[in-house]
Amino acid sequence: MTQLHIKNGRIIDPKNDIDAKGDVLIADGKIIAVGKVKPAKDAQVIDATDKIVAPGLIDLHVHFREPGGEGKETILTGSRSAVAGGFTGVCLMPNTNPTTDNRTTVNYVHGKAKEADLCNIYVSGAMTKGRDGKELAEMHEMNDAGVIAFTDDGTGVQSASMMLKVFKYASQFGKVLMQHCQDNDIAKNGCMNSGYRATVMGVPGMSGLAEDLMIARDIILLQQTTARYHVQHLSTKGAVDIIRDAKAKGVTITTEVSPHHLLLNEDHCDGYNTNCKMNPPLRTPADIEGLIEGVKDGTIDILATDHAPHLASEKDLEFINAPPGLVGLETALGLYVKALVDPGHVTINHVIKMMTIGQAEILDIQRGTLSVGAVADVTIIDDVTTWEVDVEKFHSKSRNCPWGGWQLHTQATHTIVAGVVKFPFTS
Amino acid sequence: MKNNKDFIWRRKHLLELKDLSEAEINHIFETADGLKVVSQRSIKKAPSLRGKVIVNLFFEDSTRTRTSFALAASRLSADVLEFTAKASSISKGETLRDTARNIEAMGIDTVVVRHGAAGAPHMLTECIDACVINAGDGFHEHPTQGLLDIYTIREMKGDVKGKKIAIVGDIAHSRVARSNIWALHTLGAEIFLVGPPTLMPPAADQLPVTVCDNFDAILPDLDVVNMLRIQFERSSGATIPSIADYAGRFGLTENRMKRCKPDVTVMHPGPINRGIEMESAVADGPNSTILKQVSNGLAVRMAVLFLVNQASLLPPSERVGG
Repeated sequence: MTQLHIKNGRIIDPKNDIDAKGDVLIADGKIIAVGKVKPAKDAQVIDATDKIVAPGLIDLHVHFREPGGEGKETILTGSRSAVAGGFTGVCLMPNTNPTTDNRTTVNYVHGKAKEADLCNIYVSGAMTKGRDGKELAEMHEMNDAGVIAFTDDGTGVQSASMMLKVFKYASQFGKVLMQHCQDNDIAKNGCMNSGYRATVMGVPGMSGLAEDLMIARDIILLQQTTARYHVQHLSTKGAVDIIRDAKAKGVTITTEVSPHHLLLNEDHCDGYNTNCKMNPPLRTPADIEGLIEGVKDGTIDILATDHAPHLASEKDLEFINAPPGLVGLETALGLYVKALVDPGHVTINHVIKMMTIGQAEILDIQRGTLSVGAVADVTIIDDVTTWEVDVEKFHSKSRNCPWGGWQLHTQATHTIVAGVVKFPFTS
Repeated sequence: MKNNKDFIWRRKHLLELKDLSEAEINHIFETADGLKVVSQRSIKKAPSLRGKVIVNLFFEDSTRTRTSFALAASRLSADVLEFTAKASSISKGETLRDTARNIEAMGIDTVVVRHGAAGAPHMLTECIDACVINAGDGFHEHPTQGLLDIYTIREMKGDVKGKKIAIVGDIAHSRVARSNIWALHTLGAEIFLVGPPTLMPPAADQLPVTVCDNFDAILPDLDVVNMLRIQFERSSGATIPSIADYAGRFGLTENRMKRCKPDVTVMHPGPINRGIEMESAVADGPNSTILKQVSNGLAVRMAVLFLVNQASLLPPSERVGG
């Protein structure tokens, strides 16, 4: 197999604490040399001058809608969107139709991933049957079929006794449990942050307490077991504070944030903008400050997207009736740099860490680094050239997001999966 | 109140009172003053909207608002099309946009819409060319109710500026309260929101109001008391322990009336729960403007129908708000 020689880039590999000019040499799908390399004469060369060469980006929180929602996204179109955004690996949420809560559906999704053959597709299985929080899902069956995590994403397990059962049963596998923390007794029919803007718009609000309460509950339950636990898409300052305290006490807990919760607040819903209807909802500037503080001090471990495609016709409904969520894979990198690096909160090295090795550690996969011998998942990043988001150019099947027209300056130019250049697309 | 003859109304939609200026609100009131006489003639009709078609597009039950709009339209010689959600394809899953476009294709000039979803009227303005009047959307606003309430206050008190006005009850779920708050604030009134904290909306203290859970303490200072309906069909039933517990502190009783200014104006947007929001003797007493509100509602709605249709004749560049 021809060698791939990535030349003269700024190599950022947070796992190995590397930030230096140099080359990366790839052969047989593995990284064989980093820094000064001796490529074969016929090696294929990618000139990475003035670009960043990073481990392939990973996002453990995406919705590819297959099976059941193929009008919004398929594993193929979602994979195209992923590699176009610089992602070499994504973890699919199980809120498909049927729910990914059994071996057969897991196998089906793996089959579709193989056909797509673009990036690493990791599959998460539901914690409870049908994600309805009533009965344990067949976790052994799904574990045997190769799921990488368990989650009921889209809803949290409401019953404390049920969640305790999930923690206990899942501790057999060592796989991470990812919870969409939202106490529905508090959240009720709320569809934006419960605050001044909801009052003015006359829309039912959802208090941040819904999130904080379930996190606090789970932290207490978690300590009864050896399960690994991850909080999805943090949106409140209160949640950051609770998790910071838990970490300080030695509780094993990880958490993520999404770009929209760092860049947009409840006021962006004004005018009944359904592209800003999210779950959890956009909060307040004070919450954003809390989240940024959490990124800075390490309370927040990783940066995810919660890529959630929806049909234009669904978003074209009354605010309370439109589904929540936005597509995010093709804008995430640029948006995270805008939210965190441009204002000077963290370095781009830290952002890359939170999008690579940080994710790999939570998913417990051998990825996220440019170590010699590692699988050659590599993302080459242009951090200089300004580009404008054009939703019509998305590779995703869906367009739902509020980012159209935003000016960003960070974008993947090459996405390499196991030594093969998957983006730019050749076909 | 000076009558500014040069004022030009520039909105073809009435979605919320939050956006209206003092001049705009006063212009609606002055127009209503002029149209009120139509209802006092033996032939109760003016030709202003002859040949225009107005549709009452109601997705929620309503009796008084719907009939008030229908009568207002017919007083101005418009044709009125009644559209009920249950009798339509809404139950077949048709979207609001499609429903509105279909009705518009029949050639209508104005849509009067009531919808359970806040923002539904706003959404209509983006997909049809007709004038849109919000007749109540979710908890957002009910602008013509707000206007008729304030029109009534103006009639009783001469001016709204500086008046102390209490809105009492389930503010959290009240679009009437929100419309009142914005316009009363624009006109310079001092507003009190009165009720137990469980009936207040989130961040109520950030509104231009004073939030108060002690009705008795402010009672003697008030010029106007607007008692909202406790809406048992909404969730508010669960946010108060019992009618007795609520009415004992927040009901307008004869005893409480004795502690009010003698000329206090007592209002209610209806339909009233007698014995809960207020005792019958108060509702039917000399300070009550409940029926006056209903007749003023007709004049105000005639004014709004007239003005939005006038504004639709302006070139888009000279209009405000679409």
